[in-house]
Amino acid sequence: MAKTVPKKKITPKKTEKKKPVVQKSISSKTKKPAVKTESKSKPSPMKKGKEVKSVTKKKKPSEEKKGPLVVEKKIEKKKEPERTFVPPPTKKEEEPKEYKTIRTEINKIMKNKYLPISIIDGIIERAARDKKIEAKIKNIIEKALEEYTKNLIDPTEACGMISAQSIGEPGTQMTMRTFHYAGVAEINVTLGLPRLIEIVDARSTPSTPMMNIYLRDEYRINPDLAKEIANKIEITRLTDVADIEMDLVNIFISIKPNKKTMEKKGITIEDLLERIQSVRKLSAKIEKENIKVTLDEPGYKALQNTNETLKNLKIKGIDGIKRVIIRKEPNEGYVIYSEGSNLKEVLDIEGVDPYRTTTNDIHAIARELGIEAARNMIIQEAYSTLSEQGLNVDMRHIMLVADVMTADGTVRAIGRHGVSGEKSSVLSRAAFEITVNHLLLASQRGESDELNGVAENIIVGQPVNLGTGAIELVMNPKKPKQKGK
Amino acid sequence: MAGRNITKKIGALEFSVLSPNEIRKMSATKVITADTYDDDGFPITMGLMDQRLSVIEPGLRCKTCGLKVGKDKCPGHFGHIDLAMPVIHVGFVKTIRNSLRATCRKCGRILLTDKELEEHRKTIIKNNNEGRDNAYIFKTIISSAVKTEGCPRCGTQSGKIDLDKPTSFRENGKKLTPTEIREWLEKIPDEDLPLLDINVKSARPEWMVLTVLPVPPVTVRPSVTLESGERSEDDLTHKLVDVIRINQRLQENRDAGAPQLIVEDLWELLQYHVTTYLDNQTSGIPPARHRSGRPLKTLAQRLKGKEGRFRSNLSGKRVNFSARTVISPDPNLSINEIGVPKEIARELTLPVRVTTQNLEWCKNLIKQTAAVEKPGDNYRPRVNYVKRFREGVEQRMKVTEKNADDIAEKLELGFIIERQLMDGDIALFNRQPSLHRMSMMAHRIKVMPNRSFRFNLSVCPPYNADFDGDEMNLHLLQGEEAKAEAEILMKVQENLMSPRFGGVIIGGLHDHISGCFLLTYKDKTFSKEKTSEILATFKYKGKFPEIHEENGESFIYGKDIFSVLLPKDLSIEYKAKACFHCEVCEAANCPNGAYVVVKNGKLKQGIVDENSIGSFKGRIVERIIRDHGTAAGRIFIDDVTRLGIAVVTVIGFTTSIDDEDIPNEAKRQIGEGLQKAQNKINTLVTAYEHGELESLPGRSLEETLEMEIMRVTGRARDMAGEIASKYLGLNNSAVIMAKSGARGSMLNLSQMSGCVGQQAVRGERISRGYKYRTLPHFKKGDLGASAKGFVANSYKSGLNPTEYFFHSMGGREGLVDTAVRTSRSGYMQRRLVNALEDLKVESDGTVRHTGGEIIQFMYGDDGVDPTRSTTGKAVDLDRIIYDVKQEG
Ligand SMILES: [Mg+2]
Ligand SMILES: [Zn+2]
Ligand SMILES: [Zn+2]
Ligand SMILES: [Zn+2]
Repeated sequence: MAKTVPKKKITPKKTEKKKPVVQKSISSKTKKPAVKTESKSKPSPMKKGKEVKSVTKKKKPSEEKKGPLVVEKKIEKKKEPERTFVPPPTKKEEEPKEYKTIRTEINKIMKNKYLPISIIDGIIERAARDKKIEAKIKNIIEKALEEYTKNLIDPTEACGMISAQSIGEPGTQMTMRTFHYAGVAEINVTLGLPRLIEIVDARSTPSTPMMNIYLRDEYRINPDLAKEIANKIEITRLTDVADIEMDLVNIFISIKPNKKTMEKKGITIEDLLERIQSVRKLSAKIEKENIKVTLDEPGYKALQNTNETLKNLKIKGIDGIKRVIIRKEPNEGYVIYSEGSNLKEVLDIEGVDPYRTTTNDIHAIARELGIEAARNMIIQEAYSTLSEQGLNVDMRHIMLVADVMTADGTVRAIGRHGVSGEKSSVLSRAAFEITVNHLLLASQRGESDELNGVAENIIVGQPVNLGTGAIELVMNPKKPKQKGK
Repeated sequence: MAGRNITKKIGALEFSVLSPNEIRKMSATKVITADTYDDDGFPITMGLMDQRLSVIEPGLRCKTCGLKVGKDKCPGHFGHIDLAMPVIHVGFVKTIRNSLRATCRKCGRILLTDKELEEHRKTIIKNNNEGRDNAYIFKTIISSAVKTEGCPRCGTQSGKIDLDKPTSFRENGKKLTPTEIREWLEKIPDEDLPLLDINVKSARPEWMVLTVLPVPPVTVRPSVTLESGERSEDDLTHKLVDVIRINQRLQENRDAGAPQLIVEDLWELLQYHVTTYLDNQTSGIPPARHRSGRPLKTLAQRLKGKEGRFRSNLSGKRVNFSARTVISPDPNLSINEIGVPKEIARELTLPVRVTTQNLEWCKNLIKQTAAVEKPGDNYRPRVNYVKRFREGVEQRMKVTEKNADDIAEKLELGFIIERQLMDGDIALFNRQPSLHRMSMMAHRIKVMPNRSFRFNLSVCPPYNADFDGDEMNLHLLQGEEAKAEAEILMKVQENLMSPRFGGVIIGGLHDHISGCFLLTYKDKTFSKEKTSEILATFKYKGKFPEIHEENGESFIYGKDIFSVLLPKDLSIEYKAKACFHCEVCEAANCPNGAYVVVKNGKLKQGIVDENSIGSFKGRIVERIIRDHGTAAGRIFIDDVTRLGIAVVTVIGFTTSIDDEDIPNEAKRQIGEGLQKAQNKINTLVTAYEHGELESLPGRSLEETLEMEIMRVTGRARDMAGEIASKYLGLNNSAVIMAKSGARGSMLNLSQMSGCVGQQAVRGERISRGYKYRTLPHFKKGDLGASAKGFVANSYKSGLNPTEYFFHSMGGREGLVDTAVRTSRSGYMQRRLVNALEDLKVESDGTVRHTGGEIIQFMYGDDGVDPTRSTTGKAVDLDRIIYDVKQEG
């Protein structure tokens, strides 16, 4: 390998606390977008989004040109109160002392050898529980090291092919039933094969966007506060809180607010009036308990149109969030589940925990939280889609797919418009889809196919540079072995 | 292999556009006659079948290189047609359009200032160095050049360039002829081309307006002689005939000074023919058709799509030394073996080089060909061909009965005999669709009578095969290197563990599991004779299991019989499939015997079922493979499957319709339960009709009602199942199969004996059909259970007509679903494979694209092979700690 090799970094560190998005991801310290150039250690956009969200105010000018990933937050959000930095509630308390002592002991035994953190943590946890284990820790570590080295993957393994097969093969066993209820019984979610295809397609919006909105501090304990947030998030249209009646004789519209629902949603009649008055070409005033809307230019047609606009008039809430459900979860408190997704604005709501709130809209995550977060979300979504169907696929295969999709810093689809279309080999692209165009363009550009990949070498009839084909060892049978040293 | 040198490797393939000069230079002849053969059937000189463009008839020699077709292979030679007037190449219209739009019609420079051009040039170079895509820069260059009104150099006003349908251009509404376009494009200087995404080294824009058309060699478009003696030409030849004809007429008319209008018409016609010759699916023009009305398959169509050159001839190729036939099971074969019909074994061959060591053996094989085969004789391989090399030329002799002895005598060292298959040869066995690498595994051949491929049933899951008429393919390996790789990497025993999830995929199934269940359930005992019978099926040679005696009768525990298969160091504890999932698992003290304890190779307690030996779940199989290697795993699977079958044979095991019989009391209870559910639904419906139903949050009343009813019907079926299974004990074969995981489930059983349950289409109760009702048997607006697809009967009691209809609706949905799913998931897998096929784990542990880009710094974040992991875990900590504790 003559290419520049960025230094491999194996710095086991506790990382769980840094992840707002994924709860069950394997530690991902080694992940970094990798391009041919040397890996620029750009500050994780994910972290940045976090800072902006919580500390507000200052922005780092140096990072602004990094493409569309890092979306600049609008700083001067009106009325929003100054927020203080709240450490994520998932953050575990300082590691207990006995854990620490075991850890240092393990480090002593390991010397310079490497074991995945999850394994070490597992040993520590068990050792702390059982004194007998602690006594034999040296033995355990040695055995674990031995097994770990034995289980390492072989060089030249065609890991991509294996991942593709491992994810593709169970596809035939998945359901096509688009709608099913997952987690929250009240919300429809796309599941099974359609969802998996959607993920690898990197569709700009999922067909059933959904959010799990976790709350912070007192908001997750107090049902009223949770309700308040839910009301702020759920979109409320005029028809939801009031009856709209057209008077065709006198050409006006009368809006009769539904007191009960208004109260439930925390809307006053003045709020309504204010919102209605924002619509152009009409005037509105409160008459008794109702609102009377008259047109600036009366007319039958205009009245009808206005009626339609008023019906859909947004009173409150966030665009895109159609419906919310509040549920009390054990060991957590109140959690808001929403149909529809708008990560950017939901994260701005006070009381929402920005560290754990998730959406199934991967592009939104890439925009708001950065590419690493998007990568983690792809892994989590694909993994749960598969395991929800009772299909057991190793996390590593899904990680590889997610890494291929996000390797260049953007979320690319698996297919013609993404990864496959950007392959360097002309023959490989031509063999996949849109054959003729690729060939013509290649000739115009004078491209040359270096025959590095699999498809190209199969086409020209050469051994492939993977697996046993990657070994270039040839014996010359005619030349006798040199005897004696 | 002798004489095998290190083959040359292709370094790279370069793509470029042919210039008119190159086309002429490589041309063997100019083609001027539209005809192919003269009246005598002889190719016309300077016609489309000119013998200088190579020949297709075997025996004839090419007039350019003097080689024959076939063995020494004339590669074929191009000719050319000189076009009377230039025409546009359809594939390049976009480039031509962009070039015209972006450049000055007078001086040919891009309509941007030098400074801008320089800037763009720099960014392009920078992007190229960084491996970035330049697409958007080219777009900006063109869009900003289009906006420029006058040329910054000569001030010429630039016109508006329009592209009509496929190939005609207009400047400010006035038609631009290809000649004019070509002249314009010629003016664009080399230094501006990189900014138009054209590489100067490979193309010039004016080459995209054709003045010469290359004529592909005859070998590319061979004509076929039909039985009637009539010649049928290739589609490309047809199209070339058209081109030449029109070209000639155009030339004649132009030279004769015909009216402009006629010349233009002919010119356009020539453009049409050249366009369809290149791509017959160009939108905007009608495709050229064959006399029969079938659209012609021209150049683009030859390359494109699934049946095109790329996907069907280059990415996948047809092979020799392969066989295909129907498959059938044979439990007596090892999982590593495959039974090959004698007929196939006699046809397929393997090359064997004659050496001093095997000379005699080879001679015998050859002589065997002359031997007369009597019925009942054992299969003995023969030799089909003998090959030798004389002065580098291969000579191949067919061995027949007559010349066998003769050839055997003349056999010399260095000859290669092509011998028939024999037991122990290694071959690849495959079933389509080949969704994962276990769809193609290596087996050892066993030549057998009859005409199907046979293999052990345990190998069905990886191939996803059954025996309802499935066919499979066999490929023979012709080289030593290939054989070695197959042996080490592809044999069935090397593929016992799945790379998908790090567990076994090959194990016992069906009767193997039932058998082991019966063997180990409770304190099952066997007499000495029966035990011997069972042990003999897998040729057990070890110590006889412990004999117990009671009341003068000697017996052997089933668990002890099972234990003979276990390695002596095996200690493991886990829950069996038959576990009742009690609230508090008492583990080792499980009253149901559903907790398996194996200590030092002895089954202490528990039932051996799917969780012990089954594919996907078998814990014992997995442990043996991990601790004792794949060969031990293979032997265990071979033996345990035979053991299971032996037990089932000895005890007797059958299921039939009366296994689904339940007592009248149970029937009454189920009927009562169903009635209750019915009433519940009715109350729900009435509540809904009276508007008393409380809607669930975020749901409409209708949705709420449906959800509630679905819940009730679901519960009703579960209730029926529970009651039924209460009366179906473990003395029932069907229950044994369900509980042990051999086949079927309790749900299947309860549907057979209890109640089939709600039928659903699209996840909802059946709702479509007639107006306001599903079938005319019901009242309009009936929302009750039976009117919406609830099947209260069991399969055994029989469905009534409406139930049957609803059941078919549900069944049909399932079929459609499967059909749609296979195509969708197939395409997804193709895309995944294409995107990931080039990834490789490097020696430094990183995962890289073959281009060199790093995808992961460490494979899977921990560098562990999923195949070797314990269901995903890098290290099996539980196991290590268990072992360490055992050590004391
Ligand atoms: Mg079948
Ligand atoms: Zn020739
Ligand atoms: Zn100019
Ligand atoms: Zn139990």
